[in-house]
Amino acid sequence: MTKTPHISVQHLNVHIGNQRILKDISINIPDKKVTSIIGPSGCGKTTLLKSFNRLLDNTADVKIDGKVLVDGEDIYAPDAEVTHIRKKMGLLSQRPFPLPMSIYDNVAYGPRIHGIRKKQELDELVEQQLKATGLWNEVKDRLNSSATRLSIGQQQRLCLARGLAVGPEIILGDESTSALDPVSTAIIEDLFISLKEKYSIVLVTHILRQARRVSDYIIFVYMGKIIEFGPTEEVLLNPREELTREYVKGFIS
Amino acid sequence: MKRRKLEELFFRILMILATIIVGGSFFLIVGTVFIKGIHYMNLDMITKTPGGGFYIGKEGGVLNAIIGSFYVAGGATVLGLLISIPVAIYINMYMDGKRFWSNTVRMAFDVLFGIPSIVYGAFGFLIMVYFGLRASLLGGIIAVTLLVIPILVRTLDEVIRTVPLELRDAALSLGSTRWEMSKVILRQIRPGIFTAILLSFGRAIGDVASVLFTAGFSDNIPTSLHEPAATLPLAIFFQLGSPVEEVQGRGYASALILTVIVLIITLLSDFLIKKFSKHKI
Repeated sequence: MTKTPHISVQHLNVHIGNQRILKDISINIPDKKVTSIIGPSGCGKTTLLKSFNRLLDNTADVKIDGKVLVDGEDIYAPDAEVTHIRKKMGLLSQRPFPLPMSIYDNVAYGPRIHGIRKKQELDELVEQQLKATGLWNEVKDRLNSSATRLSIGQQQRLCLARGLAVGPEIILGDESTSALDPVSTAIIEDLFISLKEKYSIVLVTHILRQARRVSDYIIFVYMGKIIEFGPTEEVLLNPREELTREYVKGFIS
Repeated sequence: MKRRKLEELFFRILMILATIIVGGSFFLIVGTVFIKGIHYMNLDMITKTPGGGFYIGKEGGVLNAIIGSFYVAGGATVLGLLISIPVAIYINMYMDGKRFWSNTVRMAFDVLFGIPSIVYGAFGFLIMVYFGLRASLLGGIIAVTLLVIPILVRTLDEVIRTVPLELRDAALSLGSTRWEMSKVILRQIRPGIFTAILLSFGRAIGDVASVLFTAGFSDNIPTSLHEPAATLPLAIFFQLGSPVEEVQGRGYASALILTVIVLIITLLSDFLIKKFSKHKI
């Protein structure tokens, strides 16, 4: 990779209370690829993901040092503008959390707060993003009904559309399919694969088969440290580290 | 085996009895007020202010107190909301890195919540004396506002804390500022805000001690904030203290009016809560 990657983490340490959650993390996230963060529960996967868009700021007693560079800008620098950083990333959480408003307003929310007011422009954006997530045909006749009336799989796609509507470069997924049925899971996974043409995608997952299906690269995290990082097949089938081998085989979980 | 069944039976009867006592006292209280008051209930009671000789049993009604109560309770609830919503949002949305301070603020409001209303009345009275104000609608509203703020803050705080953290993360990760995110949360808790308004209004309209010195009493409907205002609880208190049977009966009729008002507000807020819950997760 010659140009600067979208996300570059340098010597990141995160403490929450007295616990050290992440230990000296350094990594460059590949652009326009799907990268999965895998590892046992409580190893720091989600913390690492949330450090990318500064959602950790809201955790009590959190202490962060080191650098996270997004497009070359240190997001933890004192003068960093946090809303501007978060706009570059769409987040898809474990369960869908639609905003308490209509389907249309959910997608239009982001563009609106970033200054798009024209009805026509918003209409186009909403249609475009709902099409991108394959939801348009299912909801085009009821855009003004409440987002909570959708099925949970549809809600998750709506949340993805909502995230894409602010024009991010990166998509962060935090076990985004864990609340979904197999059919909805497959739809979301396919979306990730098709979206990587335009976006850099980072997923946290504890399902190894999912990591294998969708990702190009894998980061294996154990006890707050990156143990191994490499192309999916290599990490899963032919790991360099003994710990990775044990995890992949299911000896540690 | 038999012992377990007996134990089950014993405690079940105990629970049923307790429920009957609570439910029964509700009907007993409302029933007493109704039976004693209904004979003296007439259109004059709610459409007229006290005429000359009202307090010795002659014509008139308690419209002054009804309107006065609505002014005081309404004014205090609105004023209270204007202060409580920002407090509740601030301690929940802006202080999350500083748990010590937000808990200190919460504790302060818990203490205020437990303070008897006569203390707020006395405090309001002191403020009025300091500023040279007489007993007036404004004084009453201020004292009752002090009384309802802890109720509002506590209720709103509880409601906001039921909102999943992920919803905040969702709004924030779209690049919203904390205030924009707070507006989304406010939408989410709209039903809870109605609950808070109801609790506050119900407490405000029924409280005597806080308006005793501060709002004063008047047979006229107040036309400005500086005039004294009658309130229903005080009107009930004065009428029940009268030796005249007619006046006592009207005291119960006034209590009936107050009960019906609270009932209507409860039903209305229930309706609004259902209406605004449709976007709730």
